[in-house]
Amino acid sequence: MGRVRIIPVLLLDKGGLYKTVRFDKPNYVGDPINTVKIFNDKEADELVVLDFRATLEQRRPDFEKITEIAGEAFMPMAYGGGIRNLDDAKRVFDCGYEKVVLNSILYDDLSLADSIASIYGAQSVVASIDVRKNWLGRTRCFARSGTRDTGKSPEEWAKELESHGAGEIMLHSIRQDGTWEGYDLPLISSVSNAVGIPVIACGGAASTEDFRKAVTAGASAAAAGSMFVYQKKGMGVLISFCTGFKLMKEKM
Amino acid sequence: MITIVNYGLGNLASIQNMCRKLGIDSVITDRGDIIEKADRLILPGVGHFKAGMDNLHSSGLKPLLDRLVLVDKKPVLGICLGAQLMTRHSEEGDVDGLGWVDADTVAFDPSGLGGLKIPHMGWTDIDIRDAADPIWARIPEEPRFYFVHSYHFKFRTEVEISATATYGYEFACAFRKENIYGMQFHPEKSHKYGMRVLENFARI
Repeated sequence: MGRVRIIPVLLLDKGGLYKTVRFDKPNYVGDPINTVKIFNDKEADELVVLDFRATLEQRRPDFEKITEIAGEAFMPMAYGGGIRNLDDAKRVFDCGYEKVVLNSILYDDLSLADSIASIYGAQSVVASIDVRKNWLGRTRCFARSGTRDTGKSPEEWAKELESHGAGEIMLHSIRQDGTWEGYDLPLISSVSNAVGIPVIACGGAASTEDFRKAVTAGASAAAAGSMFVYQKKGMGVLISFCTGFKLMKEKM
Repeated sequence: MITIVNYGLGNLASIQNMCRKLGIDSVITDRGDIIEKADRLILPGVGHFKAGMDNLHSSGLKPLLDRLVLVDKKPVLGICLGAQLMTRHSEEGDVDGLGWVDADTVAFDPSGLGGLKIPHMGWTDIDIRDAADPIWARIPEEPRFYFVHSYHFKFRTEVEISATATYGYEFACAFRKENIYGMQFHPEKSHKYGMRVLENFARI
């Protein structure tokens, strides 16, 4: 019996964890080691750690910190942020992560996904797409933490990523990020229909009901930030992991 | 002491992290003289079957592993690709494996998946066939493990199958033949379920 993967996304910046709203207003939520230990105790399905300002600030991955984080994690781990080449990716794998998350770099060098996949397998390459409407109201992929319009439509770009070695698409709705207003279901549906690889829905989740809706819309896995690090919308930090996947295991 | 064989592929740090958490001594090595002295072995691995076999041949480790496992009967645990390498042959790269168990490694048959995507990736409950096997001792209720794979074991007979899982259709996800254990899933990434399995293996 399969289970839908529910994935907490942790935003790392200079050794601390933060949570954003619409990719802005980073709010400190705690120490990554303690947080990962809690997710471990709560048996999270999988974790994604993103050094979310690394590319903007032209930083490489903080290998020391991410090694320390992986040392506490007995679950599948993905890392993204500042990976610029094959050697960076190799070092991330050696730190104890099974997947790398690539985003901005792929708009400059799409071959990186292929070269990682040819050695480590496509399942180890997660291509992340940050999506919002541009000033013309067109739905577009944005690079560099949502600051640069790439002019690409999410469906077309997802197809291109799939044909260049990506094993999964992490689909982030910038508008929904941190809002607790639910996923962008039409976006999930159109991108899932465009590709054969799994799509991870991200941005806006407030409840297990949202996970169910994302899966119904075509997502293979559901990711969330706020609902796993805050008590409720507008309330304080509380690390939790809801076992929503149990409700949905009949689906697969 | 568990000797983790480094043949150039796989997430070795994760296995060692879990051993450390369990208080089990482990060493990651590609050196024949250290592997020679092992009292139990883990053959890890993530990646392409052909690359795995090529590395075992070119490093000269294959004859050593054959002797330790088949003649000296040292307990060995294959994980993911490491377990697939123990089969006779794989469709991935169309190459022969170590041939330690009576199985082949075959691609998931899309016609049996009912639209499910390949690779099979995520947490899946397993059905233990032989609950008396010490590797499954005191395993928590409803055991589930993390899988990532596009190929699976296919046994000629059922005797060596130790557990099965279902993804579209039922497939063998763990095997045992005497001192040889193989698992398609990743115990090192499977919380308390994986910890129990690794702890059990350390005691066999």
